[in-house]
Amino acid sequence: MREFFQTIGRSLSHARDWYHAQPWWGRLIVVAVVLVGAVFLPYLGSVPGIGPQIITQGTDWYTALFHMSYYVLLALGLNVVVGYAGLLDLGYVGFFAVGTYAIALLTSPDSELNANWRWLAALPVAIMASVVSGVLFGWPTLRLRGDYLAIVTLGFAEIIRTFADSTTLLRGDRGFSSVPHPPGTKGNGQPLFGDIDARPYYWLGLAVIVLVILAIRNLDRSRVGRSWLAIREDEEAAEIMGVRTVKFKLWAFAIGAFVGGLAGALFAGENGFVNSSTFVLQFSILILAAVVMGGAGNIPGAILGGILISYIPDRLTGIQVFGIDAAQYKFLLFGILIVVIMIFRPQGLIPSRRRAAELRDREKEAAPQ
Amino acid sequence: MTDPNEWTDAVAGTPEDRPVPTGEPTASDIAGYVPHAPDPEALLEVDDVTLRFGGVVALDAVSFSLRRGEIFGLIGPNGAGKTTCFNAMTGVYRPTIGEIRFRGQVITGKKKHQITHMGIARTFQNIRLFPEMTAIENVMVGADAHHKTSVLGALFRVPRFWREERDGHRKALELLDFVGIGGRGNVVARNLAYGEQRRLEIARALATNPTLLCLDEPAAGFNPIEKDKLLDLIRRIRDIGVTILLIEHDMRLVMNVCERIVVLEFGKKIAEGVPAEVRENPRVINAYLGVPADAA
Repeated sequence: MREFFQTIGRSLSHARDWYHAQPWWGRLIVVAVVLVGAVFLPYLGSVPGIGPQIITQGTDWYTALFHMSYYVLLALGLNVVVGYAGLLDLGYVGFFAVGTYAIALLTSPDSELNANWRWLAALPVAIMASVVSGVLFGWPTLRLRGDYLAIVTLGFAEIIRTFADSTTLLRGDRGFSSVPHPPGTKGNGQPLFGDIDARPYYWLGLAVIVLVILAIRNLDRSRVGRSWLAIREDEEAAEIMGVRTVKFKLWAFAIGAFVGGLAGALFAGENGFVNSSTFVLQFSILILAAVVMGGAGNIPGAILGGILISYIPDRLTGIQVFGIDAAQYKFLLFGILIVVIMIFRPQGLIPSRRRAAELRDREKEAAPQ
Repeated sequence: MTDPNEWTDAVAGTPEDRPVPTGEPTASDIAGYVPHAPDPEALLEVDDVTLRFGGVVALDAVSFSLRRGEIFGLIGPNGAGKTTCFNAMTGVYRPTIGEIRFRGQVITGKKKHQITHMGIARTFQNIRLFPEMTAIENVMVGADAHHKTSVLGALFRVPRFWREERDGHRKALELLDFVGIGGRGNVVARNLAYGEQRRLEIARALATNPTLLCLDEPAAGFNPIEKDKLLDLIRRIRDIGVTILLIEHDMRLVMNVCERIVVLEFGKKIAEGVPAEVRENPRVINAYLGVPADAA
């Protein structure tokens, strides 16, 4: 077991080191290949031999891919908050919920607002609503540290869910139906984003992921990223070195909320139906599990984690274990998986490069003996 | 526990657990405190500062002032209140009574990062680097104190971003060279040798462009050769125009490098003056140096 995880981990780390050792055009080629591979992922089922084994059986493969795309987005967003700035946020689903409900309120015919906007028009409002909620919530609470912040964020998500459950405005369990899809028309006059074929949603999600990665990467490699890391490592020392800690923590929260709201808007646009049962506590925990499993504080880790938490349950759907659908065991499975990963590879499957460098240095120090 | 500073030092790494100054000034305290007129000659003035943690008096009406360009020593036995005094100056604690002025401006009550921006930098008795960041990144965090690139500027890679990034990087390399750990820039701070970490802390503090650098026992754990090198470094820092406030246990080092010294004991100032005077002061000999070696 130990061997298994360490072998996986080591090969992932090797792949990352190999990537960083390449010249810039080499890295560009790798990125291009990965991107093209991702674009053609919907056709994986047609690959003879291994393809049909990998694709999901019980869930439509295209839909499963779309699920992965917004889970990856959520993992990327939460990674900024937890991985970079070190703020333990147990209520990240709250921002996802704000984005989703903003879309539903503005677009659905069920909404009391009777706005009936188009999806694209509601998108910026949904994102802004999420960011504003993040800042409003972060302002008073970010003075708290560690466990205290975790508890307050947990409360935030529960407040949103309870509010959705119990107010007529947000319609609780009944929810909003007929949330419009994103705009666009195919050559044959059919809408690009339809009810049956989920591929366009996946591709849209993929495009959004690429933009979000570029943005987060730019922030990470700047004064902003350094400030986040410094806050994570030693908040008081950071402040004494001149870092405006409250400001940068608030930015981490706002950026996390931005990405969360965006993911929520995509989800609402694909699903067409929104109700309060989506935004349960387990959802937040699941995203946090993705960040921790993948390796907090780095983008490839968050992507891998997001894929895992979405793919595994979708792949298991339709397989019967003891007369129960295997997907029902997903929390048991993730629980075991996290425990095992934390025992054998506590830094996550793909640790951040800094941490890897540190481990390498330690090996070097140990080597002469 | 009779030693107020001992426990505040011991938990200095975990701010949540650290005692908050709770001693409320009493009516007679407030009536008794009258700020002195700012001394235009002084760079830093500690004016009648008292700091209480509940019933424990960590600093008791301590006053001294630093002139621009000097190397000033703050000494005293363990638990005398030296680090507490640093913490009061850098905004970690707020004095119960009294005020601290820097370049004529009152800094008590200001936020830690504001005090840094005004030009006070410090190192820590128990090293507090950012362990998972490289040496260069550690220094760049300090240099960022005076950078202005916004989040959007970093996001869209505006020209200022590139300029500041380049300047910060160059400054980091220069400072690492200056403190004597050039060539170790890409090593993660945690993996640096102990002496290198102490030097990196100084480089990080210098990156904030301080007027006053407070060094909290920079020679702790050093052997005599390393101490000599540190002595040299402290003088070089002064020579580039930075005033230095030094907390140190090693008397030889303090007497060698400091131009003036204040001695604290149990939170009270018991002596002040040039090294020769302080060395001869009977109260200092009693309280701090103990029985002189030749008498034993």
